[in-house]
Amino acid sequence: MPKTQQLEDFVTQVRRDILRQVHKVNSGHPGGSLGCTEFFVALYQEIMDRKDGFDMDGIGEDLFFLSNGHISPVFYSVLARSGYFPVEELNTFRLIDSRLQGHPTTHEGLPGVRIASGSLGQGMSVAIGAAQAKKLNNDNHIVYSLHGDGELQEGQNWEAIMYASAKKVDNLISTIDLNGQQIDGSTDDVLPMGSIKGKFEAFGWDVLEIKEGNNITAVIEGLKEAKSKTGKGKPVCVLLHTVMGNGVDFMMHTHAWHGKAPNDEQLAIGLEQNPETLGDY
Amino acid sequence: MKKYIDTGKKDTRSGFGAGLEVLGKTNENVVALCADLIGSLKMDAFIANNPERFFQVGIAEANMMGIAAGLTIGGKIPFTGTFANFSTGRVYDQIRQSIAYSGKNVKICASHAGLTLGEDGATHQILEDIGLMKMLPGMTVINTCDYNQTKAATIAIADHEGPVYLRFGRPKVANFTAEDQKFEIGKAVQLQEGNDVTIVATGHLVWEALRAAETLNENGITADVINIHTIKPLDEEAILNSVKKTGCVVTAEEHNFLGGLGESVSRVLVKNLPVPQEFIATNDTFGESGTPEQLMEKYGLNAAAIVNAVEKVIKRK
Repeated sequence: MPKTQQLEDFVTQVRRDILRQVHKVNSGHPGGSLGCTEFFVALYQEIMDRKDGFDMDGIGEDLFFLSNGHISPVFYSVLARSGYFPVEELNTFRLIDSRLQGHPTTHEGLPGVRIASGSLGQGMSVAIGAAQAKKLNNDNHIVYSLHGDGELQEGQNWEAIMYASAKKVDNLISTIDLNGQQIDGSTDDVLPMGSIKGKFEAFGWDVLEIKEGNNITAVIEGLKEAKSKTGKGKPVCVLLHTVMGNGVDFMMHTHAWHGKAPNDEQLAIGLEQNPETLGDY
Repeated sequence: MKKYIDTGKKDTRSGFGAGLEVLGKTNENVVALCADLIGSLKMDAFIANNPERFFQVGIAEANMMGIAAGLTIGGKIPFTGTFANFSTGRVYDQIRQSIAYSGKNVKICASHAGLTLGEDGATHQILEDIGLMKMLPGMTVINTCDYNQTKAATIAIADHEGPVYLRFGRPKVANFTAEDQKFEIGKAVQLQEGNDVTIVATGHLVWEALRAAETLNENGITADVINIHTIKPLDEEAILNSVKKTGCVVTAEEHNFLGGLGESVSRVLVKNLPVPQEFIATNDTFGESGTPEQLMEKYGLNAAAIVNAVEKVIKRK
């Protein structure tokens, strides 16, 4: 089977996992999760240099930090299917005594997670710290982070964005999920942010865009290009254009499914549009 | 009575700077961050000796806390330095999520705590920080009393795995604890032995408690004086052992009575040995501009106030 087909199958299975996780507990955030599925699959299956197993310090491997922690369903699915913990554990999402908390945390010891996130706007600072620790350790690996576009309304991001270029944190690739949606509506309705590209460039970052953020090949090519821009004195920003709710037709192009779970009937339609490929948990 | 000598007034923040300088030489994993207050935090020597292990963050405390959390991933032991207000209230959610809940080994080092910051006034005089920090699960909370103790505590917390809030101050105050002291986190220090009252003090109020005990002694009242440098975890055994003997307690701190050391002591007493307690603390108020001495006098945080509180609490026995 060609590699691209394998990755597309992976993406389809992750979409099923997302829908089934949030449906089971009638809560969680499917919209952003579905929109970022290709990104996570590309990152964990193709892009990152990862060691076997998990240790918190992550010396000698690439690291990833999820800042917009509410898209935990996609994070958990890809972590599990990349070998960090048993896939069956996705069954415990948001349940009492689970390691798969509503928002990701280190507190319950879930392998693959290195910081708690959920309260927005904090992940870039953490990623910068981890990147600077790598420089101190002469560890020539890359730190990746993901942020929502609405999340950029949190001021701490701009402290971090200013700092990263000033301090030449050039082993950092921060991706912004540009789906144009947030809880109360489109980002342009809630709080228009103008040109995010222009802002990052003005703050001294190297910026590149992935126009087709839901095309696995385009995402891989874009992230490879981003990787080639590291080590040149500037932090790298990837503007990832995605469609919230991608892959489930009635969830697409709306903020309505940001934090709402499908009912039984809606789940059936969503699963029909994303047939089982790698095996359900 | 034991005699305590002030070996020369020094600021506790300089104790922090001296401790950090030692760590720069002895622990290669220690890194330091500052939000544009290097001189105020006395971090110059560490920076001069270890420029590659210092991160100037600028006036951006939220970012500093996040970067500190990130630096632990890779084995670093970050010490953040700024004023107590900007170390806690301003960045509470960053500390809560990225440091405390995430279990990161960050040392939050906070200078200019309390009223003794002085003339800058209430915007900078945080009196709520102990409460904010002690409420966070897993956070160790330390408030040191003089230069020597602050230096020893700074060195000691590097070997403690987990988040620590280290609180100290701006003014030059009596330096009276031993230069070569061993600092044990969570272990109270008995400074005076007496039978009539227990005085439990932290931070700048410890010296005032010793002065109060001298005055009381002249009036025939003997006091157990206990220095609680670690407010969390609290040395409950030391407090209870003393109170069993004395039957009453005065707590003394440069902090609001809500959320401070006094409330932590009350909790231990009501669960184990209810006795009368008086609180030397600010009374649910903001501070104001003035000299440290004027402010401590006005807000009732000095030896004279402790003496009055002791006389009152003994009558309630």
